[in-house]
Amino acid sequence: MISIKGLKKVYPAKHQDVLAVDNLNLEVSKGEIFGVIGYSGAGKSTFIRLLNRLEEPTEGQIYIDGKEISAMGKQQLRKSRQEIGMIFQHFNLLWSRTVRDNIAFPLEIAGIPKGKRRARVEELIDLVGLKGREDAYPSQLSGGQKQRVGIARALANNPKVLLCDEATSALDPDTTDAILRLLVDINEKLGLTIILITHEMHVIRKICHRVAVMESGRVAEQGDVLDVFLHPKQPVTKRFVEQVMGDRDQEESLHLLENYQSGQVVRLHFVGETTNQALISQVSKRFDVAVNILQGKVTQTQKGAYGTLFVHMDGSAEEIARAIAFIKTTSVEVEVDPNAE
Amino acid sequence: MLSELFPNVKMEDIWTAIGETFYMTLISVAGTIVLGVLLGLLLFLTARGGLWQNKILNFFAAALVNIFRAIPFIILILLLFPFTDFLIGTIRGPKAALPALIIGSAPFYARLVEIGLKEVDKGVVEAAKAMGAKTHTIIFKVLLPESMPALVSGITVTAIALIGYTAVAGVIGAGGLGDFAYFYGFQRREFDVVFICTVLIVVIVFIFQFIGDYIANKLDKR
Repeated sequence: MISIKGLKKVYPAKHQDVLAVDNLNLEVSKGEIFGVIGYSGAGKSTFIRLLNRLEEPTEGQIYIDGKEISAMGKQQLRKSRQEIGMIFQHFNLLWSRTVRDNIAFPLEIAGIPKGKRRARVEELIDLVGLKGREDAYPSQLSGGQKQRVGIARALANNPKVLLCDEATSALDPDTTDAILRLLVDINEKLGLTIILITHEMHVIRKICHRVAVMESGRVAEQGDVLDVFLHPKQPVTKRFVEQVMGDRDQEESLHLLENYQSGQVVRLHFVGETTNQALISQVSKRFDVAVNILQGKVTQTQKGAYGTLFVHMDGSAEEIARAIAFIKTTSVEVEVDPNAE
Repeated sequence: MLSELFPNVKMEDIWTAIGETFYMTLISVAGTIVLGVLLGLLLFLTARGGLWQNKILNFFAAALVNIFRAIPFIILILLLFPFTDFLIGTIRGPKAALPALIIGSAPFYARLVEIGLKEVDKGVVEAAKAMGAKTHTIIFKVLLPESMPALVSGITVTAIALIGYTAVAGVIGAGGLGDFAYFYGFQRREFDVVFICTVLIVVIVFIFQFIGDYIANKLDKR
């Protein structure tokens, strides 16, 4: 769907040119929610603007839906932009227009006749859940409602791709969740390909299928969200994973728990887990062991749960061994005696 | 009672003068809006980072604006005599004052327009570009509507300056309340006439300010 080859953006400066995006290669498939995460200054904002050429690439090719965006003339680019929706951190609504007229704006640009325009606007208002607020001005809306208008506006011309530029960074956590749910909803309903950039790992965790981690203009690491969560390779990725999962070093504090004379400390790794959420209670029912959760964090991603739990099992040695064998038959990974190393 | 207090004031003459003042002000405001918005857009669009970024054009537009703003109005009228004569066919009367009034105030308004346009959120312009808008769509559907309250308060300030200019133009025979106050009031030592003309000009200024503020407030949905 989207294919980016050798993309490069240099801002010329007096002393030293600034390399904002450096030799970037990415493939995004149709219907995917692709996240790009990075700290400020990593080049992700420039990257997303290169995709619809709000910034002109210095080098490289961008293909969206088989068409080379990077080779288009002005006229053609304008037409293509109508098929690429974009939403922004600060919403960028026209304050002089009502909700309805803001949503109608891209339709006016595309030259849709008035009657059709009105019908489409009503559809979109329904889709984003703004019924009853059609005649309000942006200044009368909350942040979440403003972003809903932004989303409706971005979807007006039935785009194939939606670009999200830090779309939830100006929102409070509850509103962020609501907007993310709306994005997933749209992605599933309309089969829309979504590229979003963010500096918040929980946004990636909540809705993305794949993720690329950017650092100083380059992709440091990319892959399935679960993979990246599980085996972060680069230091920058590890830092982002810690944002959601907590510090790994903290786990080492389990050394202090060596005062368990009997039984066994086990580390359970939940990876893409959706069916075995009752695992702990199953184990304690089926086997004659007492299970005590010591510490852990399990978090939900688009492809299921991910996280670790440290549990202490007490009982006879055979019973514990049987319980562990049972857990191994599920998709939960088991690490026995994690402190033994 | 009124004729006792102001023995020299003839109402029909006053009405004519008021009519001339309004005529000059309204027509020159209209001309200033057209010329000022065009110049202001040119200044804004050709500036660095603008949609039509062009150093040379921007330099000339800015030079034009600065030169005409620097010339004192009374001198501008005199300098424009040949041009006015060519355009209107006379250099006397309210109509002959119009070229000088418009040329004198349009550059001032152009700067106010430029300031107003600079205040428009760049993100909104970016959003319009991302939707595939043409430049003229961005100008007419984003830049101008989004800066409208500033454009209206700008023209209010300019209109009030223009009322003052019409009084100055009166001194060289343009008609209107300034003319009336100077020739009939001051030169004939009929100070009641000067007083009445002054009060009327102040009232007209208040009316313009009130209307301008009202419209600007109505338009502003921020």
